[in-house]
Amino acid sequence: MINRRDFIKAIGIAAGGTTLTGLSGLANAAGSTAKGHIVVVGGGFGGATVAKYLRMWSQGSVDVTLIERNTRFVSCPISNLVIGGLQQMDDITVSYDNLRENWGVKVITDEVTALDPDKRMVTTARHGTLGYDRVVLSPGIDFIPGAVAGLDGNEELVPHAWKAGPQTALLRKQLEDMPDGGVFALTIPRAPYRCPPGPYERACLVANYLRDTKPKSKVLVLDANDEIQSKKGLFTKAFESYGALLEYVPGSKLEGVDAASRKARLEFDEIKADVLNVIPPMRAGNIAAQAGLPLINERWVDVEWLSMEAKGVPGVHVIGDAIFPAPTMPKSGHMANQHGKLVAAAILNLLEGKAPNAAPVLMNTCYSFVDDKNVIHVASVHQYNAEKQQPLPVEGAGGVSAAANELEGKFAMGWARNIWADMLA
Amino acid sequence: MQLRIAIAALGLAGLVGTAQAQDADPHLARNLAATCANCHGTNGNAQKGMASLAGESAEKIMKKLADFRSGDAPATIMHQIVKGYTEEQLALISEWFAAQK
Ligand code: HEC
Repeated sequence: MINRRDFIKAIGIAAGGTTLTGLSGLANAAGSTAKGHIVVVGGGFGGATVAKYLRMWSQGSVDVTLIERNTRFVSCPISNLVIGGLQQMDDITVSYDNLRENWGVKVITDEVTALDPDKRMVTTARHGTLGYDRVVLSPGIDFIPGAVAGLDGNEELVPHAWKAGPQTALLRKQLEDMPDGGVFALTIPRAPYRCPPGPYERACLVANYLRDTKPKSKVLVLDANDEIQSKKGLFTKAFESYGALLEYVPGSKLEGVDAASRKARLEFDEIKADVLNVIPPMRAGNIAAQAGLPLINERWVDVEWLSMEAKGVPGVHVIGDAIFPAPTMPKSGHMANQHGKLVAAAILNLLEGKAPNAAPVLMNTCYSFVDDKNVIHVASVHQYNAEKQQPLPVEGAGGVSAAANELEGKFAMGWARNIWADMLA
Repeated sequence: MQLRIAIAALGLAGLVGTAQAQDADPHLARNLAATCANCHGTNGNAQKGMASLAGESAEKIMKKLADFRSGDAPATIMHQIVKGYTEEQLALISEWFAAQK
């Protein structure tokens, strides 16, 4: 049997100083010989899935280190229900303990400060440097500094709540403190952004809360896009059901904010809000640009679809919201989970000297609540097209709900429980 | 083999043995089935609120999927999902779930 060192030599990655340090002491509980060490950066929907599936599918023979800056996972999907007062922070928070205990993933709470693709090393803020055979970056999104004048550094006054966690709780608090008759203004950046239906779901759930508790208030949806970006017909209906409580204004590009007075400056207008929720323009998580990965539109990482390696950067795989998506592929938690499985399978093949699966399939579903009970979905299936070298949506498949309905309210929570467990249990 | 019978019964025998199948990844069935796990649970063992598929017979799963496709079984979403996969892929998926505990 070929051992790992020979194998690495055989496929020629030993050159360039591939480091094998960090492997000793990571041997899994079953005591099997490691076939490789994979470092996963980011423990969200993409990263947690890769970590678990690498361990599960390799039967523990590949070492996996997951580096995540937060001590617990907080889900963006369902977080709009917390903002709308229908769920608590605890309901959307999951521990990483099962990844450690059930799957033998080494989970490190830390931040990656540098990545050296040639030496195959990541540097962390507090745990020094780790060598890897392959690294998977699932860094999500970061906001583009300076994109909205007056916003940087003011996220306590003008929350985004577009990364779940303290921001979610903060926005909920501001909404609770808002007087009856107040204005909740929500701004949406130009597509592509994380979670296409998310802002519209949020508008509905804020309106749902205000309708019951502060009916003289108003939800103002300021969309930089010319139309609703997902489930348009269904969200249009939902918006109508809130009457004067909710106003949707397309083509509203945000130029700047005055954080202290919660004013939003648009191209042609200025709006004074009581709660100002700005979802800023975004791009791939900062590590992507820091590591010198190829970006499209200076924002999203360009990947080879069969291995999801950054183009021209062997050994560095990128998944989730950070990548330049294939046609009609949304930036969603569900899709990041699917990327995670694609990449876990590809890496295990590559470690055995085999080509990645040549016919991968990815599918997406986004459920959105339009009130406390009724839900709508959008679904799509994406089959890899060898000629176009990317996944393409299957025509005639997928689609949206016929109408908002309570049954899908149950399935949406079932989806959440299942996907959280699929990543983290 | 039972699955072959099921496929033949559905009139899909012609799909088996296409070019794709010949140089298929040895883990193709596992990989395809994992695309269902977001809702039906890792390896088909679902959490509350969705149906488990692990250990169901391949024939039963294939029949259910065919009924979703035709509209004979009521669905909120499966009729849309099922149309994104080839019959051959669904056969692989069904067989794989059937073999899970
Ligand atoms: C987005 C969530 C979701 C995904 C992904 C999904 N399903 Fe389903 N599945 C459902 C729901 C919801 C139902 C109930 C029927 C309905 O409302 O569409 C269901 C029902 C089923 C049933 C019938 C179960 C029973 O006992 O009646 C089968 C079989 C099934 N799905 C197979 C699959 C397969 C195979 C895949 C992957 C190709 C898949 N599903 C992917 C949500 C999903």
